[in-house]
Amino acid sequence: MSDKTERPFLEGWFTRDEAGAALIGTRCTSCGTYYFPRQTRFCRNPVCEGEQFEELALSRHGRLWSYTNACYQPPEPFIAAEPFEPFAIAAVELEAERMIVLGPVVQGVDVDALQVGMPMELVIERLCDTPSERLLSWKWKPVV
Amino acid sequence: MSKDIVILGVGMHPWGKWGRSFIDYGVVAARAALKDAGVDWCDVQFVSGAATIRNGYPGQVSGATFAQALGWQGAQVNTSYAACASGSQALAAARSKILSGECELALVIGSDTTPKGFLAPAKGERPDDPDWVRFRLGITNPSYFALYARRRMALYGDTVDDFAQVKIKNSKHGCENPNARYRKCFSAAEVAASPMVANPLRLMDICATSDGAAALIVSSVDYARRIGRTDAPKVAAISTVTPTFASSMIEMPDLATDSAVSAAAHSFRAALPVKAYEEAGIGPQDIDLAEVYDLSTALELDWMEDLQLCARGEAAALLRSGATQVGGRIPVNASGGLACFGEAVPAQALAQVCELTWQLRGQAGARQVSADAKVGITANQGLFGHGSSVIVKR
Repeated sequence: MSDKTERPFLEGWFTRDEAGAALIGTRCTSCGTYYFPRQTRFCRNPVCEGEQFEELALSRHGRLWSYTNACYQPPEPFIAAEPFEPFAIAAVELEAERMIVLGPVVQGVDVDALQVGMPMELVIERLCDTPSERLLSWKWKPVV
Repeated sequence: MSKDIVILGVGMHPWGKWGRSFIDYGVVAARAALKDAGVDWCDVQFVSGAATIRNGYPGQVSGATFAQALGWQGAQVNTSYAACASGSQALAAARSKILSGECELALVIGSDTTPKGFLAPAKGERPDDPDWVRFRLGITNPSYFALYARRRMALYGDTVDDFAQVKIKNSKHGCENPNARYRKCFSAAEVAASPMVANPLRLMDICATSDGAAALIVSSVDYARRIGRTDAPKVAAISTVTPTFASSMIEMPDLATDSAVSAAAHSFRAALPVKAYEEAGIGPQDIDLAEVYDLSTALELDWMEDLQLCARGEAAALLRSGATQVGGRIPVNASGGLACFGEAVPAQALAQVCELTWQLRGQAGARQVSADAKVGITANQGLFGHGSSVIVKR
């Protein structure tokens, strides 16, 4: 176990409560459009002038729309472990929100274990370590 | 009133990694285009530059940068930034000036010098910038190309060998293009042996970043007539539309699509040529050749369907039939495409128009498409809702 302080790599983008992990989005109170990342000022639906938004947790489950992996170390601001460990990336379709959300796939799951259409769930996991901190991110995980 | 403008001259600086200033490449391309057009630099009334954010202030004011480098002569200037569509935006600015009667003769120019490796965001901690966030997560440009490629495999049954066939075709075309950076024919075995970058895409499936420059000399139809160039190819349409909400494709640099709960889902890529076809008053059946933005091999197949050159899901079959190679019914990327050029962002959309011009004049040498070809189309798409499609006809 690391004794480093854990914190989200971004504040206010995701949460973990009794029900599990969730992305924090917003929803236009006029037309119902969802936003991730959060939109709090003006609705982007061209026929909606909404300026009121409610904050909510987005669906924790979705279907895998597509997937890939990163075989080479991405450039900064990515913070790589030494040595760099390849990881998978998922695009997951949320049914209720009718939107696709990207994210890394949990450690230990490579593309061989993934299939378009399979159910996925959101979890919180280590993204990377800095010298003083452990940064956490949302990640996608196949539902077994 | 006709909305056509005439392409009097085209020119390029060869693509590569030359290690010089983008200004040098641009001047070479501009002088080549002027010579090709047979017009004098001092007669050019408007310089329309495509911006490059990578080359500091001179790149961000490229119209003025090239006007000075070629020698100040009092022309009006403009600079356009629209990511991969910057060249088309610069062309659209020139067309507006010409059609409004504000000028008759314009130089449109784009040039770039690129760094090695992945394109990466500016330095600093910038959590409000989606481009910064996705790179912190390790999601690079090839990640998006690979998501589209895998989606094709799942929906249409495309294979990695289909993708390799795009590279093989384009490398054959590029061998015959003196302006291409990579002039070597590749086999399926060589593509399959190249390192995996973003599964299912390998290094040879993904386009490189290059230095390069392209320039056009364009004029009013009247001007072309006065100098005896009534036979020159014309720009028949320029589409630079934005996406329509709800944009349904996951696009760089976003982490999520629009939510389609309150509006119908729309495809941005498919919308770009629709506007071009409308403006030119023609349809996909009239197209003789296409230059499309093959940031990856698989993306060329998506573009063929977005341009409606075949039905959705049938691009791999059309490729396999040989129809999209030079000598086929509808050649795609006769220039060799990005596969053989690598991307020089502000020059790339103009390079596509240069290729159509050479092809429609019958000057493309060993990569020449049918002498009957009359209409060509380009398509490209970049970050932040920018994209374009240009139709050139003779």
